[in-house]
Amino acid sequence: MAEPLFSVRGLKVALPDMTRKPLIGRTPLAEILKGLDFDLPKGSVTGIVGESGSGKSTLGRALVRLIEPSAGSIGFEGRDISHLSEAELRPLRRDLQMIFQDPMSSLNPRHTIFNIIAAPLRQNGLGDRLKERVAEALQRVGLPQSFAGRYRHELSGGQRQRVGIARALALSPKFVLADEIVSGLDVSTQAQILTLLEKLAAEMGLTVAFISHDLSVIRRLCRQVIVMREGRIVEASATDALFDNPKEGYTRDLLAAIPLPEIDANWLQPPAKVPA
Amino acid sequence: MEPCLEIRCLSAVLPNERRVLRSVSLAVQPGEVRALVGESGAGKTMIGKAVLGVLPKSVRIVEGEMLIEGEDLGRLDAKARRTLIGARTALIPQDPLTALNPSRRIGPQMTDRLVRILGWSGEKADKRIRQLLDEVQIREPERVLKCYPHELSGGMRQRVLIAAAFAAEPRLIVADEPTTALDVTVQKQILRLIAQLQRDHGTAILFVTHDLGVVAKISQKVSVLYAGKVVEEAQTADLFASPQHPYTRALIAATPRYTDPYASLKPVDETVLAGLADEIAAADRAWRPSHG
Repeated sequence: MAEPLFSVRGLKVALPDMTRKPLIGRTPLAEILKGLDFDLPKGSVTGIVGESGSGKSTLGRALVRLIEPSAGSIGFEGRDISHLSEAELRPLRRDLQMIFQDPMSSLNPRHTIFNIIAAPLRQNGLGDRLKERVAEALQRVGLPQSFAGRYRHELSGGQRQRVGIARALALSPKFVLADEIVSGLDVSTQAQILTLLEKLAAEMGLTVAFISHDLSVIRRLCRQVIVMREGRIVEASATDALFDNPKEGYTRDLLAAIPLPEIDANWLQPPAKVPA
Repeated sequence: MEPCLEIRCLSAVLPNERRVLRSVSLAVQPGEVRALVGESGAGKTMIGKAVLGVLPKSVRIVEGEMLIEGEDLGRLDAKARRTLIGARTALIPQDPLTALNPSRRIGPQMTDRLVRILGWSGEKADKRIRQLLDEVQIREPERVLKCYPHELSGGMRQRVLIAAAFAAEPRLIVADEPTTALDVTVQKQILRLIAQLQRDHGTAILFVTHDLGVVAKISQKVSVLYAGKVVEEAQTADLFASPQHPYTRALIAATPRYTDPYASLKPVDETVLAGLADEIAAADRAWRPSHG
């Protein structure tokens, strides 16, 4: 077993509960993550799957410390980063990168692609040889060099997501959080982006947390899978084991609900037993 | 048998004369589910909107006919056309939240449509709505009818809209990506409900989707669209057993399948896309002279 990059123990996150906003005083907290334990082995791609409200995105944001946990620890290379201050986190930021779901809203419309990719390099003292580094980043994601001078609106959805990947990987991070990065894309583009990420993760030895609602995509890309529901881990195991022999009823329900592109006359038949 | 919906050679253009629908022909028989599948920009939603008479102003139909139960929409004046569409068709939209008025309770919204468009009495409409809420398995109709849309979950809102769509006994329903915004387990329940009601009421459905998985489960026939052109049309079972067009084969191979991770998720080959571009260009060359 590879040494873990992340070692998470008893992780809890509570966020303000906007559905119970009081007229005066502080918004009460709702516990989104209710005590999670797991490891992310170095150089592995881990799928985090769940339905809306399961806490999968919150978990991702806690890992890269965009939010501070309310309890538990997040070990990153053996050091607990769960309560580090913003200043203490700064030197770690270059190793904790993100690719977002919607590249349209995560790319600055007023900046050229060159400047979007160059920004993290400049901030991290890699401002020398910028042209060379950006050119390398573009090449890595299969975009022509001429794109450096363009703006996000001149790009297709798939090209924008390539820029998002180029930006995240420009600093050669140790960890990449990919949160629903293909859910807005057409299947043909989705396949391109996923094969690109698959290739780059292997080449660069990245540790990736791949958040998705789509188990089919996860099976292809990930070595291990964490299934989440209502802020808890339902099941976590090696990918093949999870798909070939799901232990939990919820995992089986999720698998059974995926409409595979093949004819199955029984799929729409009502279930034999009525769920309580 | 007379088709419930027949589209003949429908072409539509944008103000710059670029075609967005390219001589589309298809027929939906009574009680049949016909899927329209394609990627973004393929024109599948546009066809649904054309049928319902709600195309954006910028899109102009320049050729072709649409017939609902044999009646040619093009031969009717605007008022008669609206009446016919209102009485015989309904829509299940993608996003139930934007389709519902946020400031009115569910009950009046649902009955209003029946009263206004079909001229039913309030009592008859109310009875009908309750019956449909039962059919879509809403267990507490009283509570739901008093709710505002934001008080319901996405799945519940979609159930309400399915009930509303079937309430007026339309002959044809246009379902425009009705499960795209839902979680998979909820999607399965909603697809099951649509199939159940569709069978029980004998309604024809034009089912717009980008998901070949959904196509395989819900439809009997399918039209595959690319750039506003039907590139392949088949019985759904035949389409998956032996797809004829290279683009259809590429789409099926690109669709992820957890049962076969390495045979799926294949990027669409450049030669397939180049072939499509040629096909579209050839179709446009053949079309333009008659309108030059």
